[in-house]
Amino acid sequence: MKAHELIIVVVLLPLLGFLWNGLYGHRLKHQLVAGLIGSATVGAGFLLACAIFAELLAASPENRSFIVDVFPWISAGGLSVHVAYQIDQLSVLMLLVVTGVGFLIHVYSIGYMHDDPGFWRFFAYMNLFIFAMVNLVLADNFLLMFLGWEGVGLCSYLLIGFWYDRKFEKGTTADAAKKAFIINRIGDFGFLIAMFLIEGTFGSLRFQNVFAQASVMAVGTPVILWIALSLFLGATGKSAQIPLYVWLPDAMAGPTPVSALIHAATMVTAGVYMVARCSVLFALAPAAMQVVAVIGAVTAIYAATIGLVQNDIKKVLAYSTISQLGYMFLALGVGAFASGIFHLMTHAFFKALLFLGSGAVIHAMHGEQDIRKMGGLKSELPTTYRTFWIGTIAIAGIPPFAGFFSKDEILWNAFSRGHYLLWAVGFLGAGLTAFYMFRLLSLTFRGTKRWGGEMHPHEAPATMTIPLVVLAGLSMAGGFVGVPASLGGGSAIEGWLEPVFAKAGGILALPGHDVEPLEYLLMALSVLVALAGIGLARAWYTKMPEVPKRVAQRSPTLYRLLLNKYYVDEVYDATVVTPLVKGSESLLWKVVDVRVIDGLVNGTARAVAAAGRTLRMVQTGVVHNYMLLFIAGVVMILGWLIAH
Amino acid sequence: MTAESLAFFFLAAFAVSTAILMVLQRNPVMSAICMIGTFFSLAGLYLLLHAQLLAVLQVVIYTGAIMVLVLFVIMLLNLGDEARLRERYDLAMGVGTVLAAGFVVELFFILFYSGDPALRASMDPRAAALGTVEGMGGALFGRFVLPFEMTSVLLLVAVVGAVVLAKRKG
Amino acid sequence: MEIPLSYYLLLGAILFAIGVVGTLTRRNAIVIFMCIELMLNSVNLSLIAFSAFLGEITGMVTVFFVMAVAAAEAAVGLAIVIALYRNKPTVNVDEINILKW
Repeated sequence: MKAHELIIVVVLLPLLGFLWNGLYGHRLKHQLVAGLIGSATVGAGFLLACAIFAELLAASPENRSFIVDVFPWISAGGLSVHVAYQIDQLSVLMLLVVTGVGFLIHVYSIGYMHDDPGFWRFFAYMNLFIFAMVNLVLADNFLLMFLGWEGVGLCSYLLIGFWYDRKFEKGTTADAAKKAFIINRIGDFGFLIAMFLIEGTFGSLRFQNVFAQASVMAVGTPVILWIALSLFLGATGKSAQIPLYVWLPDAMAGPTPVSALIHAATMVTAGVYMVARCSVLFALAPAAMQVVAVIGAVTAIYAATIGLVQNDIKKVLAYSTISQLGYMFLALGVGAFASGIFHLMTHAFFKALLFLGSGAVIHAMHGEQDIRKMGGLKSELPTTYRTFWIGTIAIAGIPPFAGFFSKDEILWNAFSRGHYLLWAVGFLGAGLTAFYMFRLLSLTFRGTKRWGGEMHPHEAPATMTIPLVVLAGLSMAGGFVGVPASLGGGSAIEGWLEPVFAKAGGILALPGHDVEPLEYLLMALSVLVALAGIGLARAWYTKMPEVPKRVAQRSPTLYRLLLNKYYVDEVYDATVVTPLVKGSESLLWKVVDVRVIDGLVNGTARAVAAAGRTLRMVQTGVVHNYMLLFIAGVVMILGWLIAH
Repeated sequence: MTAESLAFFFLAAFAVSTAILMVLQRNPVMSAICMIGTFFSLAGLYLLLHAQLLAVLQVVIYTGAIMVLVLFVIMLLNLGDEARLRERYDLAMGVGTVLAAGFVVELFFILFYSGDPALRASMDPRAAALGTVEGMGGALFGRFVLPFEMTSVLLLVAVVGAVVLAKRKG
Repeated sequence: MEIPLSYYLLLGAILFAIGVVGTLTRRNAIVIFMCIELMLNSVNLSLIAFSAFLGEITGMVTVFFVMAVAAAEAAVGLAIVIALYRNKPTVNVDEINILKW
């Protein structure tokens, strides 16, 4: 029995965990069992994923793609969709990330969600999420992927609104959950349009069929452009890019493990995975690639600017996520698909680490999330501080930590393919990233203690710190699978993923990977700009805290603009939400529904009743009248007989 | 003009006129008397059609039983010389009369101008044997014995019903 | 001159029409009843005429039964009239209208 045939176990275990915890969890005497079961299903999935990965490693590069067909799902007319899983280099990589990081976060949650009355519910939802995400990354056709896509959206909603009766900003957590779901829906609309177009153009929804047919089509075919753009609309929704990113900061209303798993490591990367999977389609639509790259780059720097001034520890990380996702799309847009996936992987490590670390801080500070009220926690929370520091260095892109290799690959690929402006934007963003991340670190852990004596922050329990340590290790070492040739490495990850993107690469006719001296120069520049950002942040926030305050006071409008996220939410509300709500209320409801539709239905009933009332008059009960009608009928019949 | 046809026209005229009189009479007793006249002329017509048994039965049953019963009821309810029952004449009646007239006219057309030869044939030669007591008896106790028996049950039911309905309470 | 079938049938039709007019026009329940009997008799005439002209006994036998049924009907119908009269001392059909909507 080959390992990959057991893939169905990986899919079903989390589902069983969801069912068990969901149906039986609330009756457990020891809530811990729910957490153990939830973590065990994901852990077992991870072990199986490792086994499958080993199997693929042992096989030769051409034999690393399998399809496991489970059962025929839909067979209606010309549409035939199976529940089948495609196990290849890309999906196995994604699976390892999802189950691996997922398992660590589940273990962390056992500690974090301890004493929460909805403990069992939390693990049920988390398992359901893993189930949906696994379906998404393993699916061999668009429809099954869409099932996973919608499933993770649903779980995101359920988990953001987990503490459903809690207030959050101007509304409740339920409002934040709704916002996430609705905005995602807009993206899903794009995905659906793309699916319809794909089914119509290629007659199939299976990746292998579609990509095989597409690869012989001409570059710039209009329908493929529309498909790519529609798919990307879906990706902007799920992966929080401009214009559909507004839900992600609000999603911080959910528990921190949720933010770590869903809104950093896995769900938001679904869009990146999807675009990478459809590399052939995007390669055939250069205009779409441009759009992807530009939006990625703009989002990267846009989110970074907002993150500069945020005061909630999780908000900073949220905008950082949006920004880093922008980098991934930048990579995809310039044709560096493997680099984008590489950054996805490293980002999962250090972003999850950062979120979990912030969770430990929040847990220690008894729910306080405003970094202006923190400071100097380095001595109280040593493990948390050290792992958080590792994560910050990684995201800032300092070698030899993971973030350096992946981010650098992206920037080099952008530059070497001639996208100088995009490179510049990314370069600038890297500097900003380093700055705001170190600002966060400084304000939270260093400097003066700005919290009162009644707060006694203590280090988190082992169940929370061990995952932090593991993730820190991955953030340090994870980059080594992608050391580029220029630095003596074999760029293992690029080689691993190359067969998946070979077709797209062929269409794009990308230049080879020769080592150039320019590469070293750019590498050095990135490191320098990162160090500059770190240095400035250290200076401002640890040593001279009055300086940033004065800078903010001297340009109040800019500061307010950034603090209020460019007022985008308010703009959306005024231009889209309010007109829709008002229009629905006054037109669709009062006129169309009440007057037209109800009118039609009730009117029909009224007409029938009126007809009945009129026709009833015939039943006079007077036999004479009946006889009259009778004779009249006879006369008419005879008359007809005569006429014929 | 044979005797037969003369008899026919005379009887027909008598029947129609008594019928019209019956409808037009105010006094219900007079209506009943006219009715009796109609029945007698019909009996004569039956004889012309060789239906001897039926002619006799017509006289016995209709005039002898039914009209007598009607007259009894009229007398019983003392309707004879009572104040004129107010009779309305309205549009419905007019329409009804017109329709009935139309009915007759249409039937006239059908019977005389339709061209069906069967309507102009002469009487079947077997007719003479049909209407006799033997002929009718043979049919009644042969082919139609079941309806015959059922009819007797029907009459029993009618008798019982009439008695029950007309009984005074208590 | 032989009287053809159509003459008998026309006579039956005329009597029937008179009966119809009578039921529609008169208001006295007993007179209406008599007009109904007239209609029955016109049908009897038609049946016997057909029977004679077609050589079939069925028509005459039917008339036999019609007469029997007419007698039964007369008995029961008049009993009803009497019962109605006891309730409300009128035989004017316009006044016996409790069942009207």
